[in-house]
Amino acid sequence: MLSRVANCLYWMSRYIERAENTARLVDTNLQLLLDFRNLNEQRLAEHWLPIVQAAGDEEAFFKLHPKATAAAVTEFLVFQPENPNSLVQSICQARENARMVRDQITFELWEELNRLYLFVRSPRARDLWRSSPSEFFQEVKASSLHIIGITYATLLRNEGWYFLQAGKFIERADKTSRILDVRYQTLPEKGMPTEVSQAEALEWSAILRSCSALDSYKSLYGADVTPKSVSEFLILNGDFSRSILFSANFLDQALRRISGVPEGRLSNDAERLAGRLVAELRFSTIEEVFDQGLHNYLDVLQQKLNDIGYALFQAYIFQSFSSLEEEILVQQEEQQQQ
Amino acid sequence: MNGTRYGSCNLRVLKRYAPESFFDEMYTAAGEVRPHYRRIEQCFTGLNPEEFARKREAVDLAFLRQGITFNVYGDSQGTERIFPFDLVPRIIPHREWEHLERGLAQRITALNLFLHDLYHEQRIVKDGVIPPFYILSGKHFRREFVNFSVPKDIYIHVCGSDLIRGADGRYMVLEDNARCPSGVSYVLENRRAMKRTFPGLFEQVGVQPVDHYPQELLKMLQYIAPAGVADPTVVLLTPGAYNSAYFEHTYLARQMGIEIVEGRDLLVRDARVFMRTTKGLQPVHVIYRRIDDDFIDPTVFRRDSMLGVPGLVNAYRSGNVSLANSIGTGIADDKVMYYFVPKMIKYYLDQEPLIDNVPTFLANEEKDRKYILENLDKLVVKAANESGGYGMLMGPHATKEEISLFRKKIEEDPRNYIAQPMISLSRHPTYVNDSEFEGRHVDLRPFILYGEKIVIVPGGLTRVALRKGSLVVNSSQGGGSKDTWVLYGDE
Repeated sequence: MLSRVANCLYWMSRYIERAENTARLVDTNLQLLLDFRNLNEQRLAEHWLPIVQAAGDEEAFFKLHPKATAAAVTEFLVFQPENPNSLVQSICQARENARMVRDQITFELWEELNRLYLFVRSPRARDLWRSSPSEFFQEVKASSLHIIGITYATLLRNEGWYFLQAGKFIERADKTSRILDVRYQTLPEKGMPTEVSQAEALEWSAILRSCSALDSYKSLYGADVTPKSVSEFLILNGDFSRSILFSANFLDQALRRISGVPEGRLSNDAERLAGRLVAELRFSTIEEVFDQGLHNYLDVLQQKLNDIGYALFQAYIFQSFSSLEEEILVQQEEQQQQ
Repeated sequence: MNGTRYGSCNLRVLKRYAPESFFDEMYTAAGEVRPHYRRIEQCFTGLNPEEFARKREAVDLAFLRQGITFNVYGDSQGTERIFPFDLVPRIIPHREWEHLERGLAQRITALNLFLHDLYHEQRIVKDGVIPPFYILSGKHFRREFVNFSVPKDIYIHVCGSDLIRGADGRYMVLEDNARCPSGVSYVLENRRAMKRTFPGLFEQVGVQPVDHYPQELLKMLQYIAPAGVADPTVVLLTPGAYNSAYFEHTYLARQMGIEIVEGRDLLVRDARVFMRTTKGLQPVHVIYRRIDDDFIDPTVFRRDSMLGVPGLVNAYRSGNVSLANSIGTGIADDKVMYYFVPKMIKYYLDQEPLIDNVPTFLANEEKDRKYILENLDKLVVKAANESGGYGMLMGPHATKEEISLFRKKIEEDPRNYIAQPMISLSRHPTYVNDSEFEGRHVDLRPFILYGEKIVIVPGGLTRVALRKGSLVVNSSQGGGSKDTWVLYGDE
């Protein structure tokens, strides 16, 4: 398929996944606040600022807002047009990418994505957000799941499909790592975490909820929520669909299906890096993760994901886009008859 | 006398209005419903206002959700608008359509012969039928393509010749669109919308289908592929997602099952065209291009074009890629050339035109110019190479300033202006002001394919000027559209 089209599908998928993760993250944290008492300004800033930091947007945030209040952070993460990673902007980008490759996606998929786009940009969305933020996020999540369902049910399993999968899972791995990173400041820099207070346990539950992981977690680990178990579940569990290992695994498989190369073989850098990441995750223990320090480990992981993304671009999408000047020169040279 | 015909229904939606001095598609001058509209009239009078409103909303919502929109240039939000769709179809009886089909086929045959002649022996000029000055000063005459043989000798593959009807009910050709005529996607989507909204009606009435257009278009494109290619790769070249007709480009590409590409997706090496894919470079043999000549190759035409493909023209010349429409057809869209089309039909086919031109005056001819300048307030003046309703003066509706502005323009550059009497376009019942039916002016753009044979989609796009009294039907200036029905029978 056209390189440009592959690129659009990949990014459309990434942006949809990004929006859904933002919706879950903000929704959960808004609800979390309901469980606390005595929330002063400083406490609120401590609650919200790490979320912005984990997204890597701290600098951008402070350019637009003086303080990390709930209102400022949620505005930044959800609606802010100047924040390209905000929920609304992510949906706009997804839809724009979809529009450019409309002929590649089915009519039902376009309709639903377009409907979501029209909704988040409508006054009704703002009103709903003001009166009942939870309902607003429900709509966004429901729509995103609808889109996933339509994609699964109607799209041909061709090359485009695997670019969509690659985009989704690379974004998911990244976002799960960032959600997990939100409370790193309560942990020791290296070494296993100690006992957590009840308030901290609530925050770690919120992390699980942000990944829709609480029920699955409990079925494996019981009612006790600890940073060690949560990290183990979200990084190393191979059966939970939002965990990093699961995502890396599906990313790796998608890459292979694009090039057609069999298991155990490689055909490009992206496959090499993805395969290595899966192997590392599969054969690591949580103790090894905390030995490095959770935050450092996640930082390194995010960099690895970036490298895979770049390698993917190099392999399939980058095809010596020379500048117009250079190309014209090539043409003139070729056309000389003497 | 006639009143009782309508008195039987209690809550009528479609009410009669006075045709006045215009030809009305649905009503005769005496207020009777024309035979081919009777069944539609019955259907609409059977609807109560709530049902009708619901149907309208459903169609609008479907169009918006599907993104059947176009971008309006100069709109600050850069937003997309739905091309307004009116539910009352425009109906053409079989016999009338047969006549139009013959006339349009005659016209496109003459135009293709003209273009071939123009780019080869130029007999029509040497025999004095068209003064050479008009050709050589034509903005879109491509000297570089003289004596170049185009695939299958076809220049215009897709043409949209706009038809209007005067007060006497006679059809006339308003203008030919031989470069990138757009609108056929609306024809196809409007038909789908009507079928969903009035399902039983189609069975009853007997309407000729239109959905074979994409297959016919593809057949034509494959027909013109370079010789010796067993399974030619056909692509559609679009300016990109910000073009006002982008929806149509993606729609047609999808319906035909071909790739849609932008200039930057293509590459020319050794005078062959390739597309950049995830598996490397794939050869391209036929390009249905929706980009104007000026922008199609920065090494030949406009150097600043970012939309084209460097080296494409060279590949075209080498015969390694075919283009539809060919390069150089823009001269046929020149409104001054339009003036000569009846002469072309006579010269190449030895026939009288089956469908007349609108009477036209050339500002470059002294006698005509005198007449034009003396009657600016009564005429429609058009620039020879503008489209979309821009660069036009509607004399009877213009201010003194506008008229004197055009006077100056004509005096400075007479070659590039023509004038025509203002034709009272025919009118058609259209739902307006969210409450009632009134007559609005309409035209018709049929779509003509010229390949191994000539294929014309029954009907075409009926465009309607939604503003009261307006004669400008273009989408960019407040126009809408209707479904067009060509019946199997005459009523």
